[in-house]
Amino acid sequence: MKFPALDYARPDSLEDALALLSSGRGEAKALAGGQSLMPMLAFRLAAPRLLVDLACIPGLNRIAVEADGLRLGALVRWVDIERHSTLRAAHPLLAEAIRHVAHYQIRNRGTVGGSLAHADPAAEMPGIAVVCDADISIAGPRGLHTIAAGDFFTGALSTVLQPDELIVEIRLPAWPSGRRWAFEEFARRAGDFALAGVALFYDLDSSGCVLDPHIAAIGVSDRPLRLRAAEAAIAGARITADAIRAAAAAAPHHIEIADDIHAPADYRSALLSTLAQRALARAACLSIPEETS
Amino acid sequence: MTVMPTRFKVNGRDVEVQVDSRTSLADCLRHDLKLTGTHLGCEHGVCGACTIILNGAAVRSCLMLAVQADGSDIVTVEGLADGDALSPLQASFRKHHALQCGFCTPGILTTAHALLSEEPDADADRIRSVLSGNICRCTGYISIVDAVLHARAAYRRPGAGQ
Repeated sequence: MKFPALDYARPDSLEDALALLSSGRGEAKALAGGQSLMPMLAFRLAAPRLLVDLACIPGLNRIAVEADGLRLGALVRWVDIERHSTLRAAHPLLAEAIRHVAHYQIRNRGTVGGSLAHADPAAEMPGIAVVCDADISIAGPRGLHTIAAGDFFTGALSTVLQPDELIVEIRLPAWPSGRRWAFEEFARRAGDFALAGVALFYDLDSSGCVLDPHIAAIGVSDRPLRLRAAEAAIAGARITADAIRAAAAAAPHHIEIADDIHAPADYRSALLSTLAQRALARAACLSIPEETS
Repeated sequence: MTVMPTRFKVNGRDVEVQVDSRTSLADCLRHDLKLTGTHLGCEHGVCGACTIILNGAAVRSCLMLAVQADGSDIVTVEGLADGDALSPLQASFRKHHALQCGFCTPGILTTAHALLSEEPDADADRIRSVLSGNICRCTGYISIVDAVLHARAAYRRPGAGQ
């Protein structure tokens, strides 16, 4: 469908953008790459009166690989992450997850900030933000503040971001060398939103036991979620095939799994366990035969 | 709604259009500039028929406002051929029977042109992965992938493929 009637502004400073968003009294929307927002407009799921295009605000497309972590500006595109010379080494889990985002043409425009603000439950970037304990920097009329990614997502397509606020940057904590990690997702067609996905990492202590495991799922609930039962199952353990099977079986515990037209909840729950097992096996470089039923 | 003067370059030509801010770039190209080679299938970013090349990158023209393209350099499918002479990529599509009804073809040509301009050595897996964003209901893709593979030589020569 054609887009609804709207006004368009392209400010060249963050201050002007925030002033425009405030002037919209809840009916203005920030436009970054537009790869989620414009389909929402085409479907009339959103009909903002004013679009505030962030394209000309300087500094929002920076990628900074620093000793204390990785900083991605809100306007960093998927293709920028893919092509960055040192990012894959600095954060292999992010680089791997981003390979799964949408299609070639979408990746040329879709942005980190746009994906976080849109908050699709199956999107990769929100999942990486949650599993990595990322911090999201938000600018608003009351200045800059930072919120933990785990507190940012409040439901499907819902976040704590206010209509007069903008995401400026996301910071992922530094990635130690030797960290074990994996990302697995399943979609019925390449580039589709995943029916489920698992992102995880852990370190090994001097005796080879799992230290501080982080495991999160996308696509199974109304927002990206940490899988606390699976984390508890491998924390402090030696990674063996049995430990992995136990953690994978625990993956769906204590979370409310979505039931929708794409897949019933029991299917998603089984898929989540399968993906958790694959991810844990991959992270440990183990080959574990999968049950077929 | 506001009418905004918007200037960009399309297929090497500088243009200025007065567009409603709600107008998609695809509609602007088709209706205002009469460049009807760019096709619109789904109008929500799924089918890939409307793919154009914006500042060197393949993008969906249905997921952009025309006003967002202000100041940019655009190539549409009309910009690939040199007059009546098919580009090497287009000639390869004809040779390999890489189209039947042709509706998806403009988006596939622009996507493949952008890909090979940047990655002239793209292998079949890479080509399939990139073309997963373009829906073709006729060919089954095999002839399309063959055509793109065989067009690669033209992009490896300096100056070819632009």
